[in-house]
Formats: sequence, structure tokens, C-alpha cells
Amino acid sequence: MVTAMTDTTKEKQMTDQRDSINDRVANKESESNAADNRSSMDDIHKNEEFDIEINGTVGKPFVDNVKMSSRNCDVFYGDKQAIFDVNVDIGNHEILAMIGPSGCGKSTYLRVLNRMNDTIPICRVTGEHKLDGEDIYSKKMDPVLLRARVGMVFQKPNPFPKSIYDNVAYGAKLHGLVRTRSDLDDLVEKSLIRAGLWKEVKDDLHKPGTGLSGGQQQRLCIARTIAVDPEVILMDEPTSALDPIATALIEELMIELSGKYTIAIVTHSMQQAARVSNRTAYFHLGKLVEVNETDKVFTNPEHKLTENYITGRFG
Amino acid sequence: MSKQYKNTDTIRAGLKKRYAREKRFQFFGIASIFISFLFLLVLLVNIFSQGYPAFQQTYVKLDVKLDGSVIGVSKDSSPEELFKASYGKLIKNTLKEMFPGVKDRKKKRALKQLVSKSAAYDLRDKIIENPALLGTTQSFWFLAKDDVDVFMKGDIDRTLPEADRRIKDFQLKWIDKLLAENRLEKRFNTTFFTAGDSREPEQAGIKGALIGSLLTMLVTMALSFPIGVLAAIYLEEFAPQNNRWVDIIEININNLAAVPSIVFGLLGLAVFIGFFGVPRSAPLVGGLVLTLMTLPTIIIASRAAIKSVPPSIREAALGLGASKVQTTFGHVVPLAMPGILTGTIIGMAQALGETAPLLMIGMVAFVADVPQGILDPSTVMPVQIYLWSDSPERAFTERTSAAIMVLIAFLVVMNFIAVLLRKKFERKW
Ligand SMILES: Nc1ncnc2c1ncn2[C@@H]1O[C@H](COP(=O)(O)OP(=O)(O)OP(=O)(O)O)[C@@H](O)[C@H]1O
Ligand SMILES: [Mg+2]
Repeated sequence: MVTAMTDTTKEKQMTDQRDSINDRVANKESESNAADNRSSMDDIHKNEEFDIEINGTVGKPFVDNVKMSSRNCDVFYGDKQAIFDVNVDIGNHEILAMIGPSGCGKSTYLRVLNRMNDTIPICRVTGEHKLDGEDIYSKKMDPVLLRARVGMVFQKPNPFPKSIYDNVAYGAKLHGLVRTRSDLDDLVEKSLIRAGLWKEVKDDLHKPGTGLSGGQQQRLCIARTIAVDPEVILMDEPTSALDPIATALIEELMIELSGKYTIAIVTHSMQQAARVSNRTAYFHLGKLVEVNETDKVFTNPEHKLTENYITGRFG
Repeated sequence: MSKQYKNTDTIRAGLKKRYAREKRFQFFGIASIFISFLFLLVLLVNIFSQGYPAFQQTYVKLDVKLDGSVIGVSKDSSPEELFKASYGKLIKNTLKEMFPGVKDRKKKRALKQLVSKSAAYDLRDKIIENPALLGTTQSFWFLAKDDVDVFMKGDIDRTLPEADRRIKDFQLKWIDKLLAENRLEKRFNTTFFTAGDSREPEQAGIKGALIGSLLTMLVTMALSFPIGVLAAIYLEEFAPQNNRWVDIIEININNLAAVPSIVFGLLGLAVFIGFFGVPRSAPLVGGLVLTLMTLPTIIIASRAAIKSVPPSIREAALGLGASKVQTTFGHVVPLAMPGILTGTIIGMAQALGETAPLLMIGMVAFVADVPQGILDPSTVMPVQIYLWSDSPERAFTERTSAAIMVLIAFLVVMNFIAVLLRKKFERKW
């Protein structure tokens, strides 16, 4: 088990280093943390810290003002189980950060919440999942409506091979959210401004979205998602390809959006989790180890694994 | 070099070998392109050099005395009477006057065969158009008989002993006289493009087969493209995965692509003609049979094209709340379109050149009329080529090559349209 993890952990280590370098530019206080990360490369191979047993989730996975919730969530890819018995709530107007080593199932769990896993034939989801008290996996729930209400920004930027304008306008047109052309123009402009892309592309709206840089594409995808005004936004490492300035902008956007929407964000940057989120969930090998107030997770984690992870003892 | 960077030395040492391998590969690539190009060139030059004479045709000028009494009509005859009269007599008399003293029956027949049989029909049409011509003497250009035409194109060597020639000495004298009087002329062969098939080479044209092929292709296209693409879309995007039935269908489609085409002809005969009573020899039944043959090609190519659309595009659309159908037709199919069109054009090109399945459904008949619709008896170009190549007359040999040229031109036009369409869909972003 340990050897199997080494490769992915190493990879993640690299990402983390890059992240921490970015973050250092953005806010200097994290310097010591980054140094920790680098030294941890050496003791990766002898991490008995990694194999500590997990008995249920510690901390406060449940809240009073629930927007979405999961109970007894298991996810299987074919015969392989990727998520083990996750129980958690996401509160109204809350930003929930999900952290954890690469391959621990963060993306998988996020995709449970808007039934994106339905598109993977071998993927099977069990448990009870609710949005505003409605079962999202019931026959009555229309996945099309669900995905309009629960928007998603994917880990890899995936703009349509269409113009920038059409990319942003697509969702609104699809759901008939705007009446007139000028309303649509306004919506596109507003969404691009909020995603921090407007200045760069305002003269090239009819150029292909796929011709943008990786970071610009990611912001285009964010603009595309917020243009439909979803109730919940799921973000899978939305800033992993962005520079510190754009990252700060997206983080501001998230905080602003949380006044109106509910946000779940997967991130590899613990500084980011610390900056934007209200609560933080730590995943480990498909299990939800700890959910707590973000401050508590980063200052005084309840579980040993969480502590090992945030202090950079392993990837 | 320093010990420290051992790998650098290893890599540097191997570089030469790698580049040599690359060079070798390039050489083989260029050589194979060159060889295939050479074959193509030989083929084209061969066909062209044999076929281009067919685009010219010899005409004979005759001064015909339009004596109505000989054939029993006058200016006032009704159109029916004018239609029924035998104008051949007028032409025969003209020739007799031009070359007096031909007594021998065989020679008499040979004399008549200086001009094509179609001359009489030409004359008839002209007189019906303008009966006032009767009683005057007019010069007309008539199609020459194929032997004269072949001679005019230099394909008969007059230095050969008489017994080895199709044109005998006495015929040569006639031709020489006609030539001396400027009564023989080679012109662009419009007949070849405006007439259907005929037993007489000089009257035979490709139009019947061309229209037949066109109609057959239209039927094939109209059926196989939508059916093939929709089947591919369903199998690729909507069908349940790992389902036994879907697997069976998939295996069968792949097998169908390898079935000899004549088998489709037998199937067409039994099902479309035998059971459904579709008229035989018609472009409709030809198109149906060729559809069966083309479908597997289109389905397989379309599925490959659909499969190669990155899944992230589907996720993006679904994630925004597009339905399955909206995702498929709004994003996946447009992106797969270039590949789908490529598959379709390959299938259509195959169908265009196919003869074997058409044998079974009666499209290998001699059809002189140009088909007017998809229910008329007709033939198609490859079949026409086959029929002509089987005919003994020298004039049909060149027409065979000319027909091949027309077929290739048809194919090029078809491909060109497909390339244009593909360009339209192929956005490089
Ligand atoms: N489509 C799939 N088919 C099969 N297995 C999958 C699939 N997607 C993910 N998995 C498996 O599920 C596990 C969790 O993957 P997931 O993508 O959720 O990880 P993650 O936490 O998002 O990692 P990262 O931080 O690298 O994005 C992994 O072991 C992975 O191999
Ligand atoms: Mg992920």
C-alpha cells in the first residue's frame, strides 16, 4: 500500500511546492509551512504516519442550516471502492474546502453532488444525498435540473471549441435565462468581469475559447459556470493553473458569491483553504477523516492524520 | 566529459543512431509515396491516352436531295406521316449518287455503312422541325460509322495487306474521295455525353450510366448517411455499456463490413425485389443494396469519430445542465463531423465503383434510355464500363477508357464536395 502511493504522493508534493511558492508571493506568512513541505520529501518513504486507522469522521461534519448533505456515501469504480462511508453536510452560504492527498477521492465525492458520476458507466454511487431536503438520486430528481442548480468547475479546464462569448452564453441560452440579445451581452460581460477575465478578452469575444492560455481557460470555465447562477457551485481545484493575482481574484469572487450561494471547493493549497473556507474537510484514502471549522483544522486538528497532512509530514 | 553527468554522455552517444533511424524512416516514407504516385501516374496516363480519342467523333457531310416523293411524304403531310417515313432511303440515294457504279451487294452494304444509322433519325428530326425543306437539297453533317471514325483517328494502318484490315481498298477509295472534298471532319463528341448506351459505338454515350449512377448514389446517400450516423450515435452515446445485445450488434456490424458485396446483391434480390416488389434494374433497388453495403463502413467510421471527441467536452456541457441529446447534437456530433464525413465519402466511393451486387438485381442489362427517375431501368457507370470493355468493336475500347475517365471525374467531384463540407465543419480550435 505504501509503495503504491509513493508515485502519486511525489507528484502531489511537486504541486504542493509550486502552490506554496505561489502563496508565498501572495502572503508572506506561509514561509515556514513551505519549508516544511520540502523537507518532508525525505521521510516520505518511511511514513508510518500514513497508515493510522480511521474510525469514522471526527469533528463537526453536520450543521444546522443544511444546503446539501450526504449520508453513508460509498462510491465504486467497478470493483474498486473509491469513497468509504462519507457523512457530511454543506451549510447554506458556506464555503466548504476539501483537502487531502492526490487520489484520495476529493473529485469523486464532488462529482457525487451533481451526479456527474452518472456519466461514468462503471461508477456506482450509494447512500443518501440531498439538496434542500430532496433526494438527488431519486427518480423524481431530474439530473438536468440538478446540474443547472449545482454548477461545477472541473479540475482540467474544458472550454467548448466555440467562441469565448458562446462559451459564457451557452448555459443561459440553454436554459432560456435571458430574453434579449443585449441582456445576454450584459450577462456575458458581467460573468467575465467577475471571473477576472474581461479585461484580457473584451476585444476578442469572438475568438475561440480554446485559444486562451490554461489559466485564462480556467477563468472562462468559472465565468461559464457562474453565468447560470447556480445555487451551489462545486469547484475542483479552480486555481491550480492560475497566477497569484488571478488566484486572489477568484478567491475574492468565492467569498463574494458565498453571500448568495453555497460553495464546495477542492484545493491542494492549504493557504487557500485557510483564506476562503468556513469549514474544511480532510479526505484520506477515500475516507472522510475530519471536518471542522477551518481555523480549528489548521491550528488544532483533532485527528493525527490531519495534523500530519497539514504540517506536511506526507503528501 | 565529467563523471557527474553520465547520462548526458550516454544520450549523446545514442543520438547518431537515432537520427540515422529517423533518416531511414523518412527515406522509406518518401520512397513509398513516390512508388504509389508512379503507379497512379501510369494508370492515369494509360487510361487517358486510350480514352481521349473518344471525346472526338468523325462527322460526314452529305448533300441530301430531300425528294419527298421517294419516301412518300410532302410538305403537307401530318407529323405522324413525316415521323413514319423511312429517311434511310434518301441517304442511300445520296451515297449512290456520290459513288456511282457500286453493284456488288456486299459493297452496296458497305457504302451504306459510311454513315451511322442515326443519320436517318437526324434527318427525320430536321424535316419534322421544318417540312419546308422537302424538295430542296441541303448539306448536313452526319455521324460517321465507327469504322470510318476509327480510320480517321489513325487506328487502322492502310499499309497492311487488305485481308488484315477492317476497311478494304474500295472503302479506302471512298474515304479518300470524301476527304478530298472536305466532307470528313473530327469534332467534339457531344453524343458521348448526351446519349445512352447503344449497340452502335458511334451512337453510344455515357449519359444513361452517369444519371443512373447519380440517382443510385443519391438513394444510397439519402439512406445510408442518416441511418449510419444515427446508429453510430446511438451505439456510442446512448446504448447501455457492457450489454450483451449491444456487443452482439457491434460484432455483427464489424462482420458485415467484411461480407463480400455480391452477398448483399443476393439479399437485395430476395428481400427488396422478391419480397417487397421493388422494380428490378432501377436506381432505387441499386441504392438500397448499396446502402446495405455502405452502412457498416459509415457506422464504424462515425463511431471512431465520435469516440475520439474528448470526454471533457461532454462533461462541460452536461455539467452546465445540457441534456444528453443537447450534448450529443450540440457538441459531440459537430466535433465528430469531419471524421463522419470522411467515413461517408469512403463508403460512397466504394459504392460508386461497385458492380458485383448490382449483377444480382438486374442492373447489368443493356439499357439504351436515360433514366428519368429512381424507378426507371438503368445501369451505372462501372457496369457500363464492364459492358463496353466486353464489346469487340475497336470504338468501344476507347469509349471504355473514356467512361473510366468520366467515372474518375465523378469521384473527384464527389470527393471535392466532401472536402468542402469537411472544411466547413473542421474548425481548428
Ligand atoms: N473514471 C475513473 N475510473 C476508475 N477509477 C477512477 C476514475 N476516476 C477516479 N478513479 C479512482 O478513484 C480514486 C479517487 O480519484 P479522485 O479523482 O477522486 O482523486 P482526487 O482526490 O481528486 O485526486 P487529485 O487531487 O489528484 O485530483 C483514485 O484512486 C482513482 O484512481
Ligand atoms: Mg481531483
